[in-house]
Amino acid sequence: MSSIPSVEPERAAQDADVRDTGAARAARQRWRPDVGWAVRRVVPPVVIGAAGLVVWELVVRLNQIPYYILPGPLLVLRTLVRDWGTLYPSLLVTLAITGAALLVATVAGVLISILFTQSKLVELSLFPYAVILQVTPIVAIAPLVIIWVRNIPLALLICAWLVAFFPIVSNTTLGLNSADHNLLNLMQLYGASRRQVFWYLRLPSAMPYFLGGLRISGGLALIGAVVAEFVAGTGGAQSGLAYRILESGYTMQIPRMFAALLLITGSGIFIFLALTALSHLVLRKWHESAVRREG
Amino acid sequence: MSRAVVKLQDVDKVYGNGVVALRHLDLDVAEGEFLSLLGPSGCGKSTVLRLVAGLGEVSSGRIEWAGGNGRAGLPQGDIGFVFQEPTLMPWATVFKNVLLPLKLRGVAPDEAAARVREAIAMVGLDGFERAYPRELSGGMKMRVSIARALVTHPRLLLLDEPFASLDEITRFKLDNDLLALWERQRWTVVFVTHSVYESVYLSTRIAVMTARPGRTASEVAIEAPTPRDEAFRTSPLYNDYCRMVSARLAEATRS
Repeated sequence: MSSIPSVEPERAAQDADVRDTGAARAARQRWRPDVGWAVRRVVPPVVIGAAGLVVWELVVRLNQIPYYILPGPLLVLRTLVRDWGTLYPSLLVTLAITGAALLVATVAGVLISILFTQSKLVELSLFPYAVILQVTPIVAIAPLVIIWVRNIPLALLICAWLVAFFPIVSNTTLGLNSADHNLLNLMQLYGASRRQVFWYLRLPSAMPYFLGGLRISGGLALIGAVVAEFVAGTGGAQSGLAYRILESGYTMQIPRMFAALLLITGSGIFIFLALTALSHLVLRKWHESAVRREG
Repeated sequence: MSRAVVKLQDVDKVYGNGVVALRHLDLDVAEGEFLSLLGPSGCGKSTVLRLVAGLGEVSSGRIEWAGGNGRAGLPQGDIGFVFQEPTLMPWATVFKNVLLPLKLRGVAPDEAAARVREAIAMVGLDGFERAYPRELSGGMKMRVSIARALVTHPRLLLLDEPFASLDEITRFKLDNDLLALWERQRWTVVFVTHSVYESVYLSTRIAVMTARPGRTASEVAIEAPTPRDEAFRTSPLYNDYCRMVSARLAEATRS
């Protein structure tokens, strides 16, 4: 087995081919594909999950629980396949709103953070309102937004954005203000302009903080989109997964409800993994969070 | 005595929180010398260095830079600064870290690249251009920091206890390399340290500072032949100087 127990294989491989420092050379010599690590990491949760599904199916069958109370996992899966024609467009609608909200939250959040760091007065004047928007439950604001904004997808987008933008703003602001003091001194010594300090120092310093905020916001954007859709309760071709859940509830199609829920959860996991991968990709060369420890 | 690169006259420095860091400090830095500021920790040695670099305002008194008229005339790029910590950008390679001062000044890429490679070679880090700071040892990071200070070809090099956090073996090695570079290039060096042994080994002159509020208590010229090497560290002359500087330091700290 490898001498470095907790190495992510792709990370070690990159180390070895990018640079030819002594450390990298040593890592290349030491490194062997660590199958054991992957097995230890993947197998236990999969076993637990599979066991849970088997127990669930058995409980439903042995007790003859009717499908409109609790459908078994096999029935949910069959429903997912059978109703794919209805569920898939709804999945796309929900994902589109989530993605758009996350995009707008990122752009607006970063711009607001930059504005905050330009002047302490601006930050002190506006930050409390960002907090107010954050702590007011989205379920309480959503009906108002939906009344004010006639265009439903736009109203949903606004709700999702409201939930998603705060972590990005607060983290990025913190990051922009966390630049190393001596590096700031160095910039001053060499007569750097404000713009140069921003591009060469503040922005890279803020990157890990921003990516941390983005990872939280990704999940929140999905939750915001789903909650707003529940409140809006719109039907028709443009309806997302949340409406499919409402609709299935009204018509007692509980297996379809579970299928829609499964898709929402899957989307959340996908968003989290995608943003984690992005974060790792950006930071892998230098940041402690992405750098493996020498074993 | 050659002409002064920087002159500090009757300088006081009081910080915003009321701490008086310096009082009535006079100091001349002569062209081409290796001057050490030696004093107990907290005596304001680093403050002197920051003022000389133009990174702060004096509360009273004056600083004059040769060739510059006042603070505004501080000859940009004529000063290189090495901090106590390596202070590297963790997201940038060794090459890009050393490039920073030239990039800030808009030096043409080709010329800049050549000068960066020259500076990296000077500190003995050839082949590490593409390494990231986290892959380097403490001593190597400090070398990068020195290369970054040298890349602008400064006339005045300021070092703020640069090797204090390194182990002794590494520190001796870096002392020797710094000395060899200085003998080749003859910039003016101001070196802040709290080590009597290090200051005697490196300097042509030592300014001993009092405890806070700091001022220069006495000055000692180290008239030992250059180039100096490990043999000097064990010579009677070196020991005599160390004993004398220690006594001066004890005296300055007491008063």
